[in-house]
Amino acid sequence: MSKTIMIIGAKSDIARAIAHEFASKGYNLQLLARKSDSLLKGVADLKIRYRIDVECFEFDVLDFKSHTVFVNSLPLLPDVVVSLVGSLGDQHQSQNEWDACESVLDTNFSGPVSILNVLANKLEERKRGTIVGVSSVAGDRGRQSNYLYGSAKAGFTAYLAGLRNRLNKSNVHVVTVKPGFVNTSMTADMDLPERLTAQAEQVADDVYQAVIKKKNTLYTLWFWRYIMLIIKSIPEFIFKKLSL
Amino acid sequence: MSLSGWGGYPKTKAKAIFFRDTGELTRQVSEASSFIARGMGRSYGDSSLNNSCVLSTNRYNRFLEFDSEAGIVKCESGVTLAEVIDISINLGWFLKVTPGTKFVSIGGAIASDVHGKNHHLDGSFSSCVNSFSLLVPSGEVVNCSRSENADIFFASFGGMGLTGVILEVEFQLIQVESAYISQTSIKAANLKEAMAAFENAKETTYSVAWIDCLANGDALGRSLVMAGEHASINQLSTNIKATPLIVKPKPTLSVPFYLPSWLLNKLTVKAFNQLYYYKGKAGEGQLVDYDSFFYPLDSIHHWNRIYGRKGFVQYQCVLPLANSYEGLKSILELISASGQGSFLAVLKLFGKQEGYLSFPMEGYTLALDFPLNSRLFSLLEKLDSVVSQYDGRIYLTKDARMNSRFFAKSYEKQLNRFLDVKKKLDPDNKLRSLQSERLGL
Ligand SMILES: Cc1cc2nc3c(=O)[nH]c(=O)nc-3n(C[C@H](O)[C@H](O)[C@H](O)COP(=O)(O)OP(=O)(O)OC[C@H]3O[C@@H](n4cnc5c(N)ncnc54)[C@H](O)[C@@H]3O)c2cc1C
Ligand SMILES: NC(=O)c1ccc[n+]([C@@H]2O[C@H](COP(=O)([O-])OP(=O)(O)OC[C@H]3O[C@@H](n4cnc5c(N)ncnc54)[C@H](OP(=O)(O)O)[C@@H]3O)[C@@H](O)[C@H]2O)c1
Repeated sequence: MSKTIMIIGAKSDIARAIAHEFASKGYNLQLLARKSDSLLKGVADLKIRYRIDVECFEFDVLDFKSHTVFVNSLPLLPDVVVSLVGSLGDQHQSQNEWDACESVLDTNFSGPVSILNVLANKLEERKRGTIVGVSSVAGDRGRQSNYLYGSAKAGFTAYLAGLRNRLNKSNVHVVTVKPGFVNTSMTADMDLPERLTAQAEQVADDVYQAVIKKKNTLYTLWFWRYIMLIIKSIPEFIFKKLSL
Repeated sequence: MSLSGWGGYPKTKAKAIFFRDTGELTRQVSEASSFIARGMGRSYGDSSLNNSCVLSTNRYNRFLEFDSEAGIVKCESGVTLAEVIDISINLGWFLKVTPGTKFVSIGGAIASDVHGKNHHLDGSFSSCVNSFSLLVPSGEVVNCSRSENADIFFASFGGMGLTGVILEVEFQLIQVESAYISQTSIKAANLKEAMAAFENAKETTYSVAWIDCLANGDALGRSLVMAGEHASINQLSTNIKATPLIVKPKPTLSVPFYLPSWLLNKLTVKAFNQLYYYKGKAGEGQLVDYDSFFYPLDSIHHWNRIYGRKGFVQYQCVLPLANSYEGLKSILELISASGQGSFLAVLKLFGKQEGYLSFPMEGYTLALDFPLNSRLFSLLEKLDSVVSQYDGRIYLTKDARMNSRFFAKSYEKQLNRFLDVKKKLDPDNKLRSLQSERLGL
């Protein structure tokens, strides 16, 4: 029987690439997004290309109270869950206005945690499945330019590590994905260094491989593991003086 | 972003926008002072370049509908022919008209009104398109078909993106029994024999010749002519009969970096051309899969890098039938004498063609590649004067250097009609490519 993947935050460019990657391998899709009707054109495309089943669900990661009901009403518990929900926000605004700050923290941390909590319990009960959480290299070390986003991602990374540890005995695997720069609408206005920047399709390919090979932490593109190793090893008394 | 066509000449820098939907596109268009659409960048020269704003359809590439009973596809213009084949061949459908690479977008296929090896029977790409929508500079989206805005519909075929950005397209596929072609190869000792072979193959769906353009004297125009038909089930060998619509994916090679340009000198080209001619097997009823028949070069990714960083220019001309022999002979003699060999040279026969700036006309077309060097442009100008003398013209999608006088003369009959439509759609002349600026289009 063919497998099913649930993609939370299905409108993002990386999500779209992941949907194509898994669909091309025969997975059926559950796509979750706010204003999910805007996914429709993409759904026709996925069905035509891969002749798979695609279902769309209206879903808001900040509507914490709805999450349990939502999961209980699912027609089918997926084999793989990927959460891509996130928001870069504006660092300057976030440090000055609590509403903006809260939205960044909730979108990157509390929201994904809330929905994954419910799903994790179900997969644990079933004793099978994979959870993929898309965090970020920005969570590896706080920097002045984006530490509110970064600290929420750091929290999410720690959450995923704990979840992996807990679910290991239940045959549920957890993958932490830490993208570096990716060419998406989130970064469309930034001038990213071409050699360090991945296309969403490369990230999706890496994620598929990580799921198949049961990797724990995926840096994508791969060299970010080493870039972050260097960044993490800079002593704090120097690091604090840098304008990063 | 640094951009060039497939030939790598010329290069330019422009803001490239990878729009995903019409809302985003409309916003960009309203802000841009000038712009041009770009698909897969397989046109050779400067047709898809502009030094302010290039609108890429690479992410505007969703299928919208596929009626697998009727073979009708509706999709966004960034979908490639390769993707169309991927969804359709297993169900017994194939492209009615296809160029020699499948890595082109539907938008690009319309804008260049591309032709295949079956032009003499089936016409150009326009013959399979039912309708499309077009974003024009005013920001309006216009529906175009044979019955609605027919002038804009036809002017956009071969219009090189200068009527607007082609958005959603509906087109018709043809039914095939198998994914294979039954091919007949004929060795032609010279140009006369090659043209006779084309005449004989007039009723055959596909025909094309690889021509050795360094041969001279009695062997001038020596070529390998290939004709083919879609193979029916009963022509297949028993082992492929069971799965006639499935072709095993072949390994692909890639040229990982630019090769030094001296590698392709006269000697290597000559050796390659001779090898191709002598190794080519004459014979009938050879079965080849569609990839090998239509897209032999697609199995080597980035093959354009063999010409080195400086790039190359493709020269494709067509001559009216009555003048074809004399004209081709003069062209081949000039090339042979110049010693500036073409690595690949392809000869085809076109049938009749209607249209605005569409390239084909009834007669023979010759396509040649030349690595860029200091002597090249003077040779190409000599070729231009031969083409001009014999009332032929050059294919805009391959061009990077012709001058506006030659262009205006050779496209004289259709040019004003085209410009009338363009002026109506684009009074402020915002739709511009480096090519259109050079040619005064
Ligand atoms: C190996 C090879 C073999 C080829 N063989 C053939 C052949 O046999 N026959 C043939 O006819 N051609 C052939 N070509 C040329 C190729 O088919 C054309 O150049 C085609 O237009 C390329 O499509 P593209 O998507 O790459 O377009 P681009 O090169 O990106 O653009 C080409 C033109 O189309 C316009 N355009 C692209 N998308 C749109 C859009 N959405 N709306 C409006 N305008 C648009 C651009 O403005 C530009 O003027 C070959 C090319 C190669 C590299
Ligand atoms: N791009 C990069 O360079 C990069 C680098 C490292 C990590 N990442 C991470 O990768 C993930 C995907 O990012 P992306 O680059 O593809 O950017 P994106 O398009 O901005 O993706 C974010 C996604 O989250 C969704 N979302 C936001 N708030 C939501 C909510 N309340 N409820 C439901 N969905 C919500 C968005 O949906 P809407 O469209 O409805 O807003 C959007 O689909 C993010 O977690 C991001 O942090 C990206």
